[in-house]
Parts: sequence; structure tokens; C-alpha cells
Amino acid sequence: MQKSNWWVHVLLTIASFIAVFPVLWILSTSFKPESEVFSNTIEWIPQSFTLDNYKAVLTKSNGIFLTWFKNSALIALFTTVVGLVLSTTAAYAISRFRFFGKKWIELGLLITQMFPGALLIIPLYLIVNKLGLLNTYAGVILAYSTTAVPFCVMMLKNYFDTIPYELEEAARVDGLSHFGTFYRIVLPLALPGLAVTAFYSFITAWNEFLVAITLLNQEQMYTLPIGLQQFVNQFNTDFHYMSAAAMLITLPVLVFFIVAQKYLISGLTSGGVK
Amino acid sequence: MRYPKNTWIAYVFLTPVLVVMAVLVFYPLIKGISYSFTNMNQYNMGSKFIDPSYEWVGLKNYKELFRSFIAPKSVFRDVLIQTLIWTFVNVFFHFTIGLGLALLLHRKIKGRGIYRTLLMVPWAVPSFVGAFAWLWMYNDKYGFFNLMLKQMGLATIPWLGDSFWAMVSVIMVNVWIGVPFMIVTLLGGLQSIPDSLYEAARIDGASSWQQFRHITLPLLRPVAVTATTLGIIWTFNMFNIIYLVTAGGPIHSTEILVTYAYREAFRNWNLGLASTYGVVILSFLLVFTLIYRRVLKSNQEVNY
Repeated sequence: MQKSNWWVHVLLTIASFIAVFPVLWILSTSFKPESEVFSNTIEWIPQSFTLDNYKAVLTKSNGIFLTWFKNSALIALFTTVVGLVLSTTAAYAISRFRFFGKKWIELGLLITQMFPGALLIIPLYLIVNKLGLLNTYAGVILAYSTTAVPFCVMMLKNYFDTIPYELEEAARVDGLSHFGTFYRIVLPLALPGLAVTAFYSFITAWNEFLVAITLLNQEQMYTLPIGLQQFVNQFNTDFHYMSAAAMLITLPVLVFFIVAQKYLISGLTSGGVK
Repeated sequence: MRYPKNTWIAYVFLTPVLVVMAVLVFYPLIKGISYSFTNMNQYNMGSKFIDPSYEWVGLKNYKELFRSFIAPKSVFRDVLIQTLIWTFVNVFFHFTIGLGLALLLHRKIKGRGIYRTLLMVPWAVPSFVGAFAWLWMYNDKYGFFNLMLKQMGLATIPWLGDSFWAMVSVIMVNVWIGVPFMIVTLLGGLQSIPDSLYEAARIDGASSWQQFRHITLPLLRPVAVTATTLGIIWTFNMFNIIYLVTAGGPIHSTEILVTYAYREAFRNWNLGLASTYGVVILSFLLVFTLIYRRVLKSNQEVNY
């Protein structure tokens, strides 16, 4: 059988190459001096390897890049915490109890998960503006919660569904209250599910662009996606800086994703699409 | 049903989410719909210190939209058509490429884990970084693609400068980003098909094509329907990639409904009219979702 498989390898190699090439190309660009970046020949590997682009990105305008990094990290972190704290009990209720209106709540969650920011952005902008929360973390986190909360409920509900109910029955028989059962029995068992949900919630907030660019217009408050766009807009030719910044943003996520890949993908397929 | 019926406790558990959904989703949604009947703009929208002073204008925005839709030259109609092209072409390639690669990865071959990891890269990279990487490769003078074309002695392509090529360019970026999700989902579907079915088919002398046609495709259908439907909704709403790669240009040629609505709202500050676009988008997706639920239901009837 091995012999007839060569074309499978050829196709997969081509596809893998296309998948990683753009990332490798900015990786290569990020180590090139300006003269090599803007040259008329293709240099696959930097001829005169340099770290100047990284230094420039990290020190530019008093380290504004690090401020953006901090903004992004804090906003994504708080959104994740808010999303998880608010949604865990609800996800459990939907998974475990029968109650009046359950179907409608599930449908409502599904629909809000499907209609993203683009629809709600105008009223959210006006609310945040009215509250005086433009250019604050709170305003953005508030707006992100509109998608993060239903997303977390759906993901966690699907995870709770996979935890056997017998354990809870036993706990209830032993005299634990509903809350006690949830807190002491279910929550510890659901930790892997919580971790996966947290990861996706974090990444969604980390990547978000539409809400951020609408609610944040002071450079000090930018998140990374908006900040990176400034590199392209303001300094139209600074692709070498942009590449270095892009690699700094990507590397932690990429490494984590590759290490935790198996876990994350099974978490998604048992959670997200069902 | 072995789960307890306990409405009281259930609602205690649900309270935080219900409150958040009411305040942060349904209230803004109703507000947003109501704005589509007003003349709201940046001067009358109000702020922390000033009360809003916009007025009701009834169906004026809707009439304007309809009028521009039937006008001989209409940006709105172009945008609508572009949205449909954008959605269809993207999901078509997501699905066909995703299915092809999922089928290849499903074979027991050497190095499968490595291929799978590499193919997931576009998904693991933050989407805005992916968009910037492509933007750089599309650069007219120093971008990878044009340098490559020059090296091969071919004419360069105005990737982002021409309305046709801009659409091709931005679709390629979105296909690149979206294929991994399809691979993962469809691979999950393929792995859930029991091997015994294929064994039985082989004993009965079915060719690989017949196995694919009569086992793989029908059993993959539910997963495929769900994945493509989500894909259609996400692509229809895809703001980031278009905004980052072409910003809708040149001259509206890569604009889709959501980017157009955003421009109307936060560049031209016609918040009333932009809300009307929002309602149109919402209606489109609602109708689509309703049809989708029908399809899913009839789908289940076929299977069980």
C-alpha cells in the first residue's frame, strides 16, 4: 500500500507549505535589514541577519507596543473571566435541569452566537458613549461580553453534557444541595472544559477588531490589532517593523496552540459545532 | 428523562446570564432596530453630557435603501451582489479544500500528525496577523508574489489595486484562514464513521468511489451541513479580513454589507441609515437560519 501513497504526500506537502508560508515569510522579513526587505530580488533567508526590527518595535514611541500588548492581554483576560464566571452556572442549568422556557433560552443563545458585533455595534457604541466609557477597558469588556457570555454558555453546556450524571445523583442522595453538588462535584470535573473554553474566549477577544477600533481611538488605549494596523497606515512602508511586531504577537499563541493542539481541537469538536 | 424538573433552581442558576443577555444583547438589539426609523447622526446622537435629539422619520431610511436598490447605478446593489459572491466563493473553497484535505488526513499515512499540525497554522495565527502577512506578500513593488512573477519573467499583478484582483486577493486570504476549521470539523465527522461499514462494503465488492459515494458522503452530511452553515454565517459577517486587507476598496469593489454598514455608521456617521443596513443583515441571516433549521430537521428524518 505504501507505494500508491506518494501522491497523498505530494498533495499534503503542497497544502502544508501554503498553510505555513505566509508566517515563514514574515518571520524571514522580521530578521532582514531595511535594505533587504525592500529589494528587487527574493531573499528566502536573511543575508545579513539582524534583530534591529525587534528592538525598534519594542522601543518605538516609549514602548507603545508593550502598552498595546498590555491592553490586549488585560482586556482579553477580563473578558474571559467575566464570561466564565457569569456563564458556568447557566451552562450547568441548561445541561442538567428541565425547566419552562429552556428551548427558547437555548435558541436565543444560538442566535446571539450567530449574529456578531456588526449588528450591535451602533447601540453599544451609544451606550458606552453615554456612560462615558469610550477609551476605557471597561467599555470594551462590556461590549465583548455580549458575544463572550453566550459563547461560553454553549461551549460549557456541551462539556457538562459529557460528564456522567450518576455522580451528582449520588451526591444529592448523600445530602449535598444543588449548589453544593455543582460547586464540589461538577466544577472540579469540568476543569478541562473550563480551560478550553477560556482559551477560545481569550483568543476571540485577543483577535477582535471591529469593537476595539470603534470604542478605542486614543493611541495609548489601542489593542494589538489596531496598533498593528497603524504600522501599515502611518508608516506605509514599514513592513519590516510590522513583521517583527506580528511575530511577537503570534509566537506565544502559536507555541501554545501547537503544544495543546490535541486538547483544544477535541474540546472544540465536542463543544463548538453541535 | 432522567434529569430533574426543577424550574426554580434552574432559574437561580440562569439569572446572571439572563440579566447580561437582557441588558447587553436584547436591549441594544431593540435599540438598534428602533434607530433604523430615525435620522440619527453624529450631531444628534447625544453623549455623556448632551441628551440625544434625533427624530423619528418612519420608513424613510428603508425607502431610501429600496430606491438605491432599484436605481440604475447603485453602490448598495453592487455591495449586496459582492456579499453573495464573497460568501459563496469562500465557503465553496473552504468546503472543497477542507474536505479534500480531511480525506487525505484520514488515511493511515506516515507523518499524519506533522501534516495536521502544519495545516492548523493559519487557524492558530491571530487572524489580523495572517491578514497583515498576506498584505505584505501582495505589496505591489516588494511583495513576494510580484517579485516571484518578475523572477519568472511574467507581468506583475496589481493585487490590491484592481477591483477584480482585489476581490481575488481578499478571498484567498479568507480561504487560507478558514480551511483549517473545515478540516478539523470534517475530520471529526470522518472519524466517527465506523470502519465496519467500509469493511462490509469491501466484502460486497464496492469500489472506493462507491464507498465514498454511498457511505462517506451520506454519513458526513449532518456534520457538513452544520459546518457550512456556520461558515456561511461567519463569512457573511466577516469584517476583519476585508477591513484589514483592502478596506473595501478600490472604490467599494470589495465592500460587503457589514463593512459598508460600518462605513456608513462610523465614517459618514449616518447612524440611522447604518442601523437600517443592520436590520437588513439581521433579516437575511434570520431567514437563512430558519431555512437551515428546516434542512437540519429533514436531515435527521433521513438518518433515523
